[in-house]
Amino acid sequence: MDMIQKNLLEEIADLHETPKGAYNIRANGKLDSRNTTANIDIVTKEDKPGIDIYIKPGTKNESVHIPVVISESGLDDLVYNDFHIGEGADVVIIAGCGIHNMGLETSRHDGIHSFFVGKNAKIKYVEKHYGAGNGNGERIMNPETIINLDEGAYMEMETTQIKGIDSTIRVTSAKLAAGATLEIKEKIMTHGKQYAKTDFSVDLDGADSSANVISRSVARDKSKQEFFSVINGNSECRGHSECDAIIMDDASVSASPQLTANNIDASLIHEAAIGKIAGEQLIKLMTLGLTEAEAEQQIINGFLK
Amino acid sequence: MLELKNISYIVEENGQNKVILDDISLTIDEHFVAITGPNGGGKSTLAKIIAGIIKPTAGKIFLDGEDITGLDITERARKGISFAFQQPVHFKGITVKDIVSIAAGRTMTTHEVCDILSEVGLCAREYVDREVNNSLSGGELKRIEIAMILARGTKLSLFDEPEAGIDLWSFNSLIKVFEKMREDINGAILIISHQERILNIAEKIVVLVNGKVSQIGTKEEVFPKLLLEATHCDALHHE
Repeated sequence: MDMIQKNLLEEIADLHETPKGAYNIRANGKLDSRNTTANIDIVTKEDKPGIDIYIKPGTKNESVHIPVVISESGLDDLVYNDFHIGEGADVVIIAGCGIHNMGLETSRHDGIHSFFVGKNAKIKYVEKHYGAGNGNGERIMNPETIINLDEGAYMEMETTQIKGIDSTIRVTSAKLAAGATLEIKEKIMTHGKQYAKTDFSVDLDGADSSANVISRSVARDKSKQEFFSVINGNSECRGHSECDAIIMDDASVSASPQLTANNIDASLIHEAAIGKIAGEQLIKLMTLGLTEAEAEQQIINGFLK
Repeated sequence: MLELKNISYIVEENGQNKVILDDISLTIDEHFVAITGPNGGGKSTLAKIIAGIIKPTAGKIFLDGEDITGLDITERARKGISFAFQQPVHFKGITVKDIVSIAAGRTMTTHEVCDILSEVGLCAREYVDREVNNSLSGGELKRIEIAMILARGTKLSLFDEPEAGIDLWSFNSLIKVFEKMREDINGAILIISHQERILNIAEKIVVLVNGKVSQIGTKEEVFPKLLLEATHCDALHHE
């Protein structure tokens, strides 16, 4: 692995060295390195690119890292990663993709991640998308996340894209069985002429299932963001989605929430707010001695923290 | 310390000029000066003009003899002016510790932040990591607003109605904060207030009515006339 790839790895997964526990590092479309443990197995798919990750029932306090780094201009990478999480497991999964494009051609990574989370299992899934490089070639990522939560399962998903991705369409769909809980936190910042589309669709199928989808974003320059969120309450359930965006410069942000209650006991809420940084916030920080630009930076940092 | 010379602020409203502040001249050399007067008299506007948030239509402002009229908010803050808002501002994602650190101009340890929060009567540990947003009550936000001023420790501290939105119980302990500040401060405190207990500890009271200074003096000089003015019906007066 070269220095550029190592830097990308640090950005997306906070990895300075080989991670502990199970991991699968993919570099420029090929397997770079892999480690499995007694409880976590990683198997290369035979019918299509990608891997199957098997986590044994009852596995606790273990983690899986599956970062992808691309430093080759013009590479078009597509992977299918399936996570099979056994009953009662409690694990952390860290994914993420970094593209460094110095060339003229478009580099692209599309990761399709499917989660099959067993009964009463608990997972935290963290993914970070990052782009760098001075080339004119575009950096494109289209992650798709398909979530199936069995009875009593819990999943927390943190997805972040702060820098350097020219175009992204992020699709997340989820089906929840009885008593399952899904928490999604998305953070996005776009600048230049970037485009980011987020598309959440959650089916609350089981009794007492609940979902909370929170998106915070900042759109700068001439970038464009679209936020779609669909929550279907098909039983006695609770759903909440929130889209909170700061718009700056000549950017554009649209939010399209959709709530459907198919059951009298479904309780669904959506909140959306788009606006520029409030003048009084800037003034307050300026009275503390910050310049307007420094105040703006503090407000954005806090908002996306 | 602070000198205002012939400050006026006139706005256009429905095609007509409306005088908010009318030729105000003031010198603040004391440690603790209160500005009081009826609502709409121009008190908050005056504070904003001192902090640089509003530019006066006419007049000059001097801080320690230096003309600061042309300086913006940031420059005045760096020269040593702090301003506690009447309505504290909410910030999503910025914690109490963050904002107190920003005010202090350096990263503060949890211990240092706790010390300052305790001074304004907040049980510190519960607050350091809370976000400065509407999950905090009005009284809590006002105390944090005051904590920022303490963290800055500048030569001039402006407070715009620190008692507004605070319940009586909290106010009693807040008074102690100001009494202590009055003893400890090296610079000057300029406080807009309607509260007798705050006016009581002021060395000088300025009464602002309809954009003009109607009285300046000690509480013994100002109070008797203040009570007279309070019984005056403004509506009748204008007819």
